[in-house]
Amino acid sequence: MIWTELLVLALLGTGLGFYAAGSLGLLRFPDTASRLHALTKADNVGLGLVALAAAIHWGSGAVAAKLALVWLLAVIAAGTTSQLLARRVRKNEEPDRR
Amino acid sequence: MSGAFDLILCLMILGTAGIALFVRDALAAIAFFIAFGNLMGLAWLSLGAVNVALAEIAIGAGVTGILLILARARLLALGDPVHSGDTPTWLWLGAFAACTSFAVLLAATVLSITPESGLDRVVAPLMPGLGIENRVTGVLLAFRAYDTLLESFVLLGALVAVWSLAPARAWPGRPAEPRMADGQMHQVAGASGRVLLPVALVMAAYLVWAGSDLPGGAFQAGTVLAGGLMLAAMGGAIGLPRSDRPLLRAALVLGPLVFLAIGLGGIAAGGFLIYPKGLAKALIVTIEYTLFLSIGVTLALLVAGPPVADSPVPDAGGNG
Amino acid sequence: MELLAPEPVSAGHIYAVTGAILTALGFYAFIVRRHALRQLLAVNVVGAGVFLILGGLGRGPDAIDPMPQALVITGIVVAVALTAFGAAMIVRLAEAPRSPDQGKAGKPDA
Repeated sequence: MIWTELLVLALLGTGLGFYAAGSLGLLRFPDTASRLHALTKADNVGLGLVALAAAIHWGSGAVAAKLALVWLLAVIAAGTTSQLLARRVRKNEEPDRR
Repeated sequence: MSGAFDLILCLMILGTAGIALFVRDALAAIAFFIAFGNLMGLAWLSLGAVNVALAEIAIGAGVTGILLILARARLLALGDPVHSGDTPTWLWLGAFAACTSFAVLLAATVLSITPESGLDRVVAPLMPGLGIENRVTGVLLAFRAYDTLLESFVLLGALVAVWSLAPARAWPGRPAEPRMADGQMHQVAGASGRVLLPVALVMAAYLVWAGSDLPGGAFQAGTVLAGGLMLAAMGGAIGLPRSDRPLLRAALVLGPLVFLAIGLGGIAAGGFLIYPKGLAKALIVTIEYTLFLSIGVTLALLVAGPPVADSPVPDAGGNG
Repeated sequence: MELLAPEPVSAGHIYAVTGAILTALGFYAFIVRRHALRQLLAVNVVGAGVFLILGGLGRGPDAIDPMPQALVITGIVVAVALTAFGAAMIVRLAEAPRSPDQGKAGKPDA
């Protein structure tokens, strides 16, 4: 029991660390491409770890399957949008507008 | 217990709202509005209102956000830079004074009312008669079904109003395609739309079904369907329909009409919108599924906007 | 807004007061912002504030009232319908001055 709690805490902590790193990259990196790089990669790993922690915490197969689906959809959405954003930036050939 | 969490969340809500309202750039404002909507969803979750959280995030943040982004893009294309004009100082000051006193008065009034969930005790014993467990669905479709029936017609009316804005020579055409800037972007969006539309359909059907006993329901599910349709339309996986297609018209009015018919049928059981004993759940699920379809199509068309005269011919879609 | 005394305020009150402030903030922006799209956004913030007041005051110690929840869901849907119409009307108004046939709008038609 206590081991699963510790595992959940560790996963949550690591996941939040990835989120923090991604957000830091979003704020500090110079151009859109590297900001996308920070945001999509780090946040997808972070979300995966947090979802894993939640799944272990609940300890139910059905919940775990739903969380896995949530994670998968988020990854698909993130991949698609970052690709679109990057393409848009390259097409404009100028630094982003936001 | 979670007082600190609530307080931090509320401060974040107020902060994002403030930025969304007062930042200079319109796109940044809309982005912060979407963040604000998601935080509002968290607030509803914290209050224990999961049904509302789903609706707020899907409709309040999602659909409203897309509407605002599309409107801004269309305004930019028309040469409107979407800049707020200058406001005279006296207006700033006067509005500030008025709104501060309004905030203080309203907050004081709110604090003088004790929060309580009195009607929960009234609704709870009535639920077994309906055969469903989600009390919010019970209120929406049984105890206050009249509201929901009218609401479904309001949504339909909004679409009629939006369509009525179409130029006369554009009627009955198609709405402007929400197109991507180049062929490859179009392909990327199309691929994701083709993947996500079936997923959205399954998820939406599940949400309606779950809505009887768990959080979910026709409005949330309809929004998921609308989202799937819009994504598919953005990538050209599906085309936007002409507004006079009979099948489309049927899909739009199906939900409200079935709701109305079942309501009228209730007169035989004792009154308008009264469900016969034992049939309540079956009728509610029937209403919810038809309503979900109509809401999904209506929302998607509301986002797409009125028909336009010369929607651009789709480019061949080759490798650009 | 020092109304949030730490001890006697329940979670419902925190959210209801937040809703009250949001409503006022939205009204303020609605008055001072001079572009219709930003005003539309402000109306949505006002709506969210009103919903939060409803929800917060329906949050009892052990449960949340289903009645305001249903009202708020109805309200959210009506708000999006209004926003869609508002956005379409703003775009249409921006289109209006230019003549539909790309002519140079000889006489401004009202």
